[in-house]
Amino acid sequence: MRDRLLRWETILLVLCVLVLAYGAISTDGFAEADNISFLLLDYSEVALLAFALLPIVLTGEIDLSVASVLGFCSALTGALWNGGMPFETIVPLVLVAGVVLGFINAVLIVRFGLPSLAVTIGTLGLYRGLAYVVLGDGAVTGFPSTYRPLATASIGFLPYVTILVIVIGIIAMVVVHYTPVGRALYAIGLGEQTARFSGIRVDRIKMSLYLVSGGLAALASLVFTLRYNSARADNGNGLELAVVAAVLLGGVSIFGGRGTVFGVATAVLLMAGLRNVLFLGDVSNEIQNVITGLLLIVSVLVPASVRLLARRRRERPAAEPTLDEEEPCPTPTVSSQRS
Amino acid sequence: MSHTNRVLTALLAVALVAGCGSTTKGSDPGAAGGGTGTSRAADPNAPIKQGLKIAFLPKEIDNPYEVIVDNGGIAAVKELGGEGKEVGPSDASASSQVSYINTLIQQRQDAIVIAANDPNAVAPALKDAMGKGIPVVTYDSDAAPDARQVFVNQADSEEIGRSQVRLISQQIGGSGKIAILSATPNATNQNTWIQFMKDELTKPEYKGIELVKIAYGDDDDQKSFQEAQALLQSIPDLKGIISPTTVGISAAARYMSTSPYKGKVKLTGLGTPNQMRQFVKDGTVTEFALWDPAELGYLAGYAAAALASGQISGAEGETLKAGKLGERRIGKNGEIILGPPTVFNAGNIDKYNF
Repeated sequence: MRDRLLRWETILLVLCVLVLAYGAISTDGFAEADNISFLLLDYSEVALLAFALLPIVLTGEIDLSVASVLGFCSALTGALWNGGMPFETIVPLVLVAGVVLGFINAVLIVRFGLPSLAVTIGTLGLYRGLAYVVLGDGAVTGFPSTYRPLATASIGFLPYVTILVIVIGIIAMVVVHYTPVGRALYAIGLGEQTARFSGIRVDRIKMSLYLVSGGLAALASLVFTLRYNSARADNGNGLELAVVAAVLLGGVSIFGGRGTVFGVATAVLLMAGLRNVLFLGDVSNEIQNVITGLLLIVSVLVPASVRLLARRRRERPAAEPTLDEEEPCPTPTVSSQRS
Repeated sequence: MSHTNRVLTALLAVALVAGCGSTTKGSDPGAAGGGTGTSRAADPNAPIKQGLKIAFLPKEIDNPYEVIVDNGGIAAVKELGGEGKEVGPSDASASSQVSYINTLIQQRQDAIVIAANDPNAVAPALKDAMGKGIPVVTYDSDAAPDARQVFVNQADSEEIGRSQVRLISQQIGGSGKIAILSATPNATNQNTWIQFMKDELTKPEYKGIELVKIAYGDDDDQKSFQEAQALLQSIPDLKGIISPTTVGISAAARYMSTSPYKGKVKLTGLGTPNQMRQFVKDGTVTEFALWDPAELGYLAGYAAAALASGQISGAEGETLKAGKLGERRIGKNGEIILGPPTVFNAGNIDKYNF
């Protein structure tokens, strides 16, 4: 029980409820259907990309190119639309393009064994550059009004896009927490060699994570393009920082092996709510960045100190030889305690 | 997990979507921009409402030029007994302004004044604002015309182009070779102005003036400096240079001020008083021009207040009463023009600080 209370996800949920309650009570215009749907829409792309990044970080890797994949796919959408291609054909093509970009990341990281940080910093620049090659610095608009409402309209306060985000979130939750593949992600994150020797097909799993990431980024690009009715090469520029922030704030360890879908989803909601409250309160951008930054540091600090405390408590009464001072030996079963 | 599964899913998706018929660019009836159907009738004698809340949304909150514009606007709103404020994103990306527009709608502002980063990306949110009775004014950089009532344009492109030729002609005495030092070869603003300069030069009163070269400094200080140097050295009988960009004119002035050409070859164009002050004082530059950004904001502030009070609706032919600037007529497409650029010289430059 105590463990559950001290868990970062619980703290996050409390923070989230506090922010939303504060907004509802003391900020004019916050608790209105329109505003709630703005708030949710504003972070829909971040949520989609965070669900793509979470499993990658669980395995101890990273994908910083997500926002550039979004940018490229948006530019491609614009170029194809300009070329007179029907939107119904553009959608699958763009999704495939996203998967292809993810595949390039995967090949470099998994097949050539290059560090994912270096590779995806490289493709972050590369894909953004290709976006400009595809579309230049112009903007394409006039996307079909039959599809645009899918990205902008809401049922009451709940945008259609949020329903999509929730569906993707549930799929992520099932895969990550309730399937052998999900357990394998934690095992890889806690010790890749051990996972390999336990018969987990590490390479195949990592490959597919990057393909999924590319596909989800392409999906997010369609949402983005339709939502703003504007395809540009700079769409989603810098969004990767918000995505990484959401994943870390969600209590996912950057070293892999720890984190939950619920935590990430709560973190996105917290960021969206906080930003909205600060916006309505006319808090300047600089202060907003300070607050988000502090929150991020706290998110790394609190779970770390909680774990330190717990370990001390465990060690003292037993007073046994301090062999296991380090993290418990990684075995695939470790993950089962997290769900 | 397997590859075949993935391929199958992708194919299925393609089949599903392809089955829904096809929508191409132009085939969509709703895509063609709706007309500017501002139906609210304007009453030119309506009083300006008191306590109006008007928000200024620049492209980027750290852009010094737009901060001056917005401060001019906030001053105008204050003059009218209202309350102005400036909010905005710290990056000038296409979408970052949309969250701000939505916030301003929720805050029930009485009007929004915006310099759009992307004319289309902000359009849906601005239309939403207009739909909720919040008038929208654009300045500096327009949004889609059906997503705002009024666009306050700093100056007519034609007037900017033609006035540059008038300035250089006065300075070189109506005859001789001139050159242009522009920004990048495909800068829309500069190219439009240069077209009007060329057109102005075909008039009989300028028949003694010959435009011999257009150089491009790419709005890069060092490149502009070198291009100015090259122009002066390669055309020995050059009489004057027009540089219709603040970067170009200040770089050229810096080169000329320490060169033998100082005072002999004339330099004019578009520059800010603060950048050009020392060169006007040391005699390198006689006169140059630019619109006053504070006045641009002031005019936008008045337009927003007049819209929010129902004095104007943004229709062509209406008259806007703009305080110390006098009256402005609303032109085609809801455009209001600030007026001819202000000309700065040794006599007035110290009155300006931007």
